[in-house]
Amino acid sequence: MSAPLKPSSLETLPRPSGLAGLAADWASDQRAFKNVSWGKAMMWIFLLSDTFIFGCFLIAYMSARMATTVPWPNPSEVFALEIGGVHVPLILIAIMTFVLISSSGTMAMAVNCGYRRDRRKTAALMLLTALFGATFVGMQAFEWSKLIAEGVRPWGNPWGAAQFGSTFFMITGFHGTHVTIGVIFLLIIARKVWRGDFDTERRGFFTSRKGHYEIVEITGLYWHFVDLVWVFIFAFFYLW
Amino acid sequence: MAHAEAHATQHVAHTEHQQHPIKLYLLVWGLLFVLSTFSYLVDYFGLQGYLRWSLIIIFMMLKAGLIVAVFMHMAWERLALIYAILLPPLLVLVFVGMMVSESTYVLLTRLLFFGAAP
Repeated sequence: MSAPLKPSSLETLPRPSGLAGLAADWASDQRAFKNVSWGKAMMWIFLLSDTFIFGCFLIAYMSARMATTVPWPNPSEVFALEIGGVHVPLILIAIMTFVLISSSGTMAMAVNCGYRRDRRKTAALMLLTALFGATFVGMQAFEWSKLIAEGVRPWGNPWGAAQFGSTFFMITGFHGTHVTIGVIFLLIIARKVWRGDFDTERRGFFTSRKGHYEIVEITGLYWHFVDLVWVFIFAFFYLW
Repeated sequence: MAHAEAHATQHVAHTEHQQHPIKLYLLVWGLLFVLSTFSYLVDYFGLQGYLRWSLIIIFMMLKAGLIVAVFMHMAWERLALIYAILLPPLLVLVFVGMMVSESTYVLLTRLLFFGAAP
């Protein structure tokens, strides 16, 4: 019988908890994240690098906005919509926020169902998450088209500081790309779940060693991160 | 025999991880909706100045905290991972501080040379 290569199989002695455990984990001749699988640790480290990239974008936007001598366009008005003859400020962005939060909710439940090996529910919830994600991207396409029609360009806009356009397209464009990649990632994993790859321990792309439902949690980490970045963009770009 | 037993307990430990009640996720989902609504209302009622500034930041941090802690299961992860992931982004604040001082300097020089008021 070949023992599966599980991270927990490497742990023979009980380990201290708290700060003593932290020191023991990081000490020499140790695997730092003990019970955390490589897949999950690597996704976290990728997300950390992504945090720095989005951090740089938001800092660049902050510097541009602080250093400009012309007034910054009022996002509340720029993203307002006329709904049934009523002028509602920032409503489009608010709806996009609710859509993305809902996708995070369905994703969290998909992870839960995955660990309970309820593959139909997991696949359905992941598809619903992907659908919310696609809706978000669709609304962003509408938002971009509207702004481009109104004359917003990376080098200028009708309402003031030229840097508004460049930072807007840069930040929301990069976030939208992340959402799009996330939707594709979700669809790939949902298909595998639906087909039962993780019950039959089928080998394949993204499940290179053998199938267990942890990949659903790893996909979830990426998806929640996309929602997390939006929380910051919503606060700093749209509400500020 | 001993090996089989050890294997069985490992398997239990493995399937146990990051299993939390759906109710908790629904609660967080609801809280995120409420907090987003509050953020939106800050703009809707047109609050300005330090009040707007602090409310936006508070709601943002609460939302981010809920997502990372519960949805991303960080609250239940190993301390070694929590510190490895959460501490480095705090250093970005140093960068923020540097760029704040840089951009006020750029603004100052622009005002001096171009004479336009912000």
